[in-house]
Amino acid sequence: MFDYKFDWAIVTSGQYFEWLVSGVKVTLELSAVSIALSFVIGLLIAVMRMSNMKPILWFSHAYLEFFRNTPLLVQIFFWYFGSYKILPQGINDWLNARDFEFAAAVIALTIYTSAFIAEDIRSGVRSIPKEQMEAARSSGFSYLRSMQYIILPQAIRITIPPLINQFLNLTKNSSLAMTIGVAELTYQARQVESYTFKGFEAFTAATLVYIAISVIITGLVTLYSKKVLSPMGVR
Amino acid sequence: MDAGFDFTVIWDNMAHFMIGRYPSGPIGGVLLTFYLAVVSLVLSFFGGLILGLMCVSRNRVIKYPILAIVNAVRGMPLLMVIFWMYFLLPALMGRPTPESWTVIMALTLFTSAYMSQIVQAGIEGISKGQTEAALSTGLHHWQAMLFIILPQGLRNMIPSFVNQFVSMIKDTSLAFIVGVSELTHVATQVNNRTMIYPTEIFLFIAVVYFIICFAFTSLSRWLEQRLAWRK
Repeated sequence: MFDYKFDWAIVTSGQYFEWLVSGVKVTLELSAVSIALSFVIGLLIAVMRMSNMKPILWFSHAYLEFFRNTPLLVQIFFWYFGSYKILPQGINDWLNARDFEFAAAVIALTIYTSAFIAEDIRSGVRSIPKEQMEAARSSGFSYLRSMQYIILPQAIRITIPPLINQFLNLTKNSSLAMTIGVAELTYQARQVESYTFKGFEAFTAATLVYIAISVIITGLVTLYSKKVLSPMGVR
Repeated sequence: MDAGFDFTVIWDNMAHFMIGRYPSGPIGGVLLTFYLAVVSLVLSFFGGLILGLMCVSRNRVIKYPILAIVNAVRGMPLLMVIFWMYFLLPALMGRPTPESWTVIMALTLFTSAYMSQIVQAGIEGISKGQTEAALSTGLHHWQAMLFIILPQGLRNMIPSFVNQFVSMIKDTSLAFIVGVSELTHVATQVNNRTMIYPTEIFLFIAVVYFIICFAFTSLSRWLEQRLAWRK
């Protein structure tokens, strides 16, 4: 390694630089779509998890435990290789006509992360005193409306830091999409490595991008905790 | 919808899923998954402990560089850490490294960074009075940490360590990428060979992972209640 000649130019300009940039774009797209979907599904599962109806409770409980306790990679493979047997033919055709790798990655990332998000939201909700719900119910709100107007708006504020951490995890986890051929950042870094043998430079570039994303987001969360949560008295 | 499921492919390859090509070849499957997870867990327990103690050190020259490294590793996807190890280990050692050690080292580095946060939180969770009392009885600062604070902190950390072990078992699936034949890799091999049963195969290994991880998640919950300080 010590007689290795560094050539940073290949990752700062030219064709390989463009590959990496397109990788960053795909990583961000994949993450953004999955973040939006996993938030919606996570919220839904969290509300189901707190319901009083036994079947809904059981379903959401099983969902949480199953998807939290299986590796994301296996879930990705399952959706990519195995979903054709459980999805209706129409959906299969529709997906195959498009970017199926991307779709499978989105489905896996969404479902995996939504289970973690649901748990975070649930602990946020549990930190809201019970009396709030009782007060809401006794002033005539239905269960769902009390959730919607009274409990969730407060809980979400507390849940934002752990939620954003989950989004960050999702962004890092999106690197696993390379295993099914989604041309995101890690995939492109590896691609540059195999074309040029300049693995050190390519992986340094990709690593720096990941760390930059993480530093920016962690910084924002810290700022939010200081400016918003501390004045509210939340630790 | 296809013609339904056929799980005979699972039974036919059961030994392969569980122990790989052992005893006629190297171990693999679930056994190797366990091996990778246990070895990495033991190593990253000590790694996390050392890094965690360095992070709460009062010596700035130790504290800030270590904090920077820990945060850098936490900002990286595990896959990246594995690729780094894949390139760096042979270069540093000057000879080829077995893939399983590449993975163990990557998992250890990655999990140590997370463990150090648990250790840090565990230490900070012990009240300041304990340190003050220890110091006033004449213990040195490091003695107070080693004999008074850490034993109490470690007890609080046990459930989080078990949770990390669960993550570790899930993370061993990434060993697939460098060709280590743990459970996920075996599954892709069987899938490549049989071609037409991907749903059954990946569903099956998902269930295997689930059973293992759920057992440990439950253990961690039980420990959490069991070990809570009675007030």
